Amino acid sequence: MPAFRYAFSASLPVLTGYLSLGIAYGIYARAEGVSVWLPTLMALVIYGGSLEFVTITMLLSPFAPVQAFAMALVIQARHLFYGISMLKKYKGAGWKKAFLIYWLSDETFAVAFSVHPPSPIDKYWVYFFISMLDYIYWASGATLGSIAGSILPAVPDGLSFIMTAMFLVIFLDQWLKEKKHYTALIGILCAVFCRFLFSSNTFMLPSMGLILVLLSAFRKPIEKEGGFAS
Amino acid sequence: MTFKQMLITILLCSGATVLTRLVPFAAFSTRKKLPSFLDYLGKALPSAVFGMLVVYCLKDVNFLSVSDTLPEIIAIAAVIGLHLWKRSMMLSMVGGTIVYMLLLHFAIF
Repeated sequence: MPAFRYAFSASLPVLTGYLSLGIAYGIYARAEGVSVWLPTLMALVIYGGSLEFVTITMLLSPFAPVQAFAMALVIQARHLFYGISMLKKYKGAGWKKAFLIYWLSDETFAVAFSVHPPSPIDKYWVYFFISMLDYIYWASGATLGSIAGSILPAVPDGLSFIMTAMFLVIFLDQWLKEKKHYTALIGILCAVFCRFLFSSNTFMLPSMGLILVLLSAFRKPIEKEGGFAS
Repeated sequence: MTFKQMLITILLCSGATVLTRLVPFAAFSTRKKLPSFLDYLGKALPSAVFGMLVVYCLKDVNFLSVSDTLPEIIAIAAVIGLHLWKRSMMLSMVGGTIVYMLLLHFAIF
């Protein structure tokens, strides 16, 4: 099937990226002490790398459903932007659209947004296979990592730093792409400020609230100055 | 956390994720245009949120203790340095983590 072959070659960069990050995530999850099947389950039902790392931390903290839902919403809010950008491309995809929406990850957006399959190839099948393959890569990586983390005799201390490193790298990439850093600084300063006022288990809800308040209050100047990463 | 609470947490994360992926498509078909505030949040939140998440990762570091703080600061510097140098996500992540592990293992601090 030409659409599948086209999609597969377009998805190859994601294969290496998702497999390696998925493996890191699986090993990290096991080192933190969650059950061996949880990384796979979360890869399948959440399917969002950043959030899954954070969910591991949440699973090992006291039960806080409101905070969990709010954190998931703000971490995943960038998908709003992906959806808006893909509205036209996915229009007319029929039943495949449900899967295209469920599987709309960062990498899938980046690849699907930039491919232009030549005319005899059905573009909706290409989008579908790209999305499906990325999903499989991520779930496979998480599963492999979780198994590896179970077989390894002992994971050395300090592996948990990989989550800090991951968010720092994503943050740096954002920082380097944007012209103005208002929103980046709002995020850091609000979180640091609330960490001083609250305990480490309770400061995230106020942090997110404060970020939303400041982003709303300064919407006009921030939008006017622009400078968002694109 | 009990097993049931874990499942609820995971399902809440899943539900929120589906919501952020679905809203643009659902809102567009009924109201033609996404509210401009959501459009703005989609652009403005990523930098703010990833900055917040870096702080979240450091939430249990005791910044009054030098032996607790220095490995984090050195490893963070290593991640930033590696990333500015090679711009490779995996290299920066794994390199920084190895630096951190070595600092802990040899208990330099």
